[in-house]
Amino acid sequence: MKPGFVLAAVVVFLLLTYGLYQALEVAPTEQTMGDVQRIFYYHVPSAWTAFLLFFVNFGASIWYLVRRNPAADAVAVTTAEVGVVFCTIVLVTGPLWARPVWGIWWTWDARLTSTLVLWLIYVSYLMLRRFSSDAQTPVLAAALAIFGFADVPLVYLSIWFFRTQHPQPVVGGGGSLDPRMWHALLINWVAFLAFALLVCWLRYRLEMLKRAVENAHAAAALTGDSGSRR
Amino acid sequence: MNPTAPLPSAVIVRDLTKQFGRFAALRQVSAEFAGGKLYVILGENGAGKSTLLRVLAGLAPPSSGAVEVLGSSSVRAVCHRVGYMAHPSLLYDEMSGLENLRYFAHLYGITDMPVCRRAIEEVGLDPDLPRAVGQYSQGMRQRMSLARALMHTPALLLLDEPFSNVDVASARAMTQLLGSRRDAGTTIFVVTHQAQLLQQVADEFVWMHAGRIEKRTRTLAAEVSA
Amino acid sequence: MSFRLAGVTLTKDLRLEWRSKDAINSMLFFSLLVVVIFSFAFEPTAEESRQIAGGLIWTAFLFAAVVALNQTWSREIRNQVLDAYRVSPAPPNALFLAKVFGNFLFVTLLELLMTPLFIVFYDLRALGQVWLLPLLAALGTWALVVNGTFFAAMSLRTRSREVMLPLLLFPISIPALLAMVQATRIILVGEDSVRFWMVLLAVYDVVFTSVCLLLFETVLNAE
Repeated sequence: MKPGFVLAAVVVFLLLTYGLYQALEVAPTEQTMGDVQRIFYYHVPSAWTAFLLFFVNFGASIWYLVRRNPAADAVAVTTAEVGVVFCTIVLVTGPLWARPVWGIWWTWDARLTSTLVLWLIYVSYLMLRRFSSDAQTPVLAAALAIFGFADVPLVYLSIWFFRTQHPQPVVGGGGSLDPRMWHALLINWVAFLAFALLVCWLRYRLEMLKRAVENAHAAAALTGDSGSRR
Repeated sequence: MNPTAPLPSAVIVRDLTKQFGRFAALRQVSAEFAGGKLYVILGENGAGKSTLLRVLAGLAPPSSGAVEVLGSSSVRAVCHRVGYMAHPSLLYDEMSGLENLRYFAHLYGITDMPVCRRAIEEVGLDPDLPRAVGQYSQGMRQRMSLARALMHTPALLLLDEPFSNVDVASARAMTQLLGSRRDAGTTIFVVTHQAQLLQQVADEFVWMHAGRIEKRTRTLAAEVSA
Repeated sequence: MSFRLAGVTLTKDLRLEWRSKDAINSMLFFSLLVVVIFSFAFEPTAEESRQIAGGLIWTAFLFAAVVALNQTWSREIRNQVLDAYRVSPAPPNALFLAKVFGNFLFVTLLELLMTPLFIVFYDLRALGQVWLLPLLAALGTWALVVNGTFFAAMSLRTRSREVMLPLLLFPISIPALLAMVQATRIILVGEDSVRFWMVLLAVYDVVFTSVCLLLFETVLNAE
């Protein structure tokens, strides 16, 4: 373990702890929803983090298609995997919140459903990566990422028109949020983002290491004299 | 027919490498091939012969290294002057020979019938044969496949195992056709296990082993005994 | 050049299909099965069926379309004929367009044959603007077929390609499917306007046709 990584891990741990304290102790209890509303400090930061990662995935995919840079593909696979994890957190915490507040686990509201579709698209992206042969994976995956990205606004629009039952945007809804709630939310977002980046960093290094091993084998096959088949 | 004035070099490869995962099919191959000659590529299975043809045909991008075909570093830019025949027939089984060729002619911007008919006659088949290619004998199918590859009078012809499972008479007819095309200025690469069939017309034998070109010889016999 | 070539390729595909009838037969029988099974599973009154028929019909068509789409490229793979196309100077998008038009024709034919069955089994009578249905069907079918043809080409390069196609196609198609189902329901029930859904479908078609044409060559030559 590099000292840089250990330091980063400690910082992330402290941030998450501070975020937890803020969310459970400092932020006031919401009047109508009660304590269950505190899941909001995890739900929303996870969503923002997932969306950001998917956006990076889209950028990296285009970068790969234009430049054919292997590092761009490594970034794409990293952000997709970690993004799916955070997206899963959103989809699990959403119903946990909805059940006590609205009396139903699931509602076909625009944001929740769009997130579900986004999750489906990126799971299919990971499946494609798994089922295609190594040499073609990056190109096919990058193409699919572009399809997925083009789909997101259409998904959102269609479901928004279909049905909207979500509480109207809590964030940016005209200062209805207590400043301490804001504080807890932002701290948790910073903590989650830092945590996500830390995991991404690890995953990215693992991916690059895997490729380095693969390249070394390939190079050995190239120079080895007898029998180019391994 | 003279598709091109003879080029100094029809094909140049430099440090050409093609890898499939950990398997290196071509390992830093560097070679030049003069135009208007017939080259026979020899080697055991897995020596990289077919891969070399696929790279030259533009079907498989090289992992590293450079390819120059007919004076262009982009195979795509000269693909209308390249003909390629693979081990599978590259023909639709459900259509007759002429129907197949008419379709493929369109891909090269050739719309007149006589060109297709002439190509079929050239390989010694009857253009009016109504039978679907799927019901052809292996020898007929290979000849039809050759007709598809040279229908547009390419300057570079890449043939992968054209004689496998072909009867002796068909093979001899195909060999003669290749010889006359070569005499007209076409550069021809033939990958084959039956090099003796081409002894009469070949200009050079290229021996491949484990992804490399081992040696290039004028005759076949000298090397077989060596 | 590109459109002419697409025409020639489409003619060739139709001729091949006419001789074997592989795709159309399996597709027809498959969707017949779906209709019959659905009619066992749901036994609605006339009023209810107006509400749910949109979903049933389009789900049936979607499944049937996947059967056809999976066969789109199988003929090009046999004897590696696709390589003959790839070494030629013909533009890849002409091949793509030909395949999309071909699938569009197949699925449209299927819809024409299956719709009467649905009407009989579910006792359907539309109360809205029926004349909009053909336009809706055309827009919706194009939406399924353009992406389906692309993803079928993509699946060629994967293991277990028959399974891969729906896994890729369904998530991306969700907004289009929602639009088709909702618009059909509105037309059958005869309330509201279908304008939003029609526009959404048209936008979907334009966006994804562009993306497909932009990326097809890259995917075809991925090796």
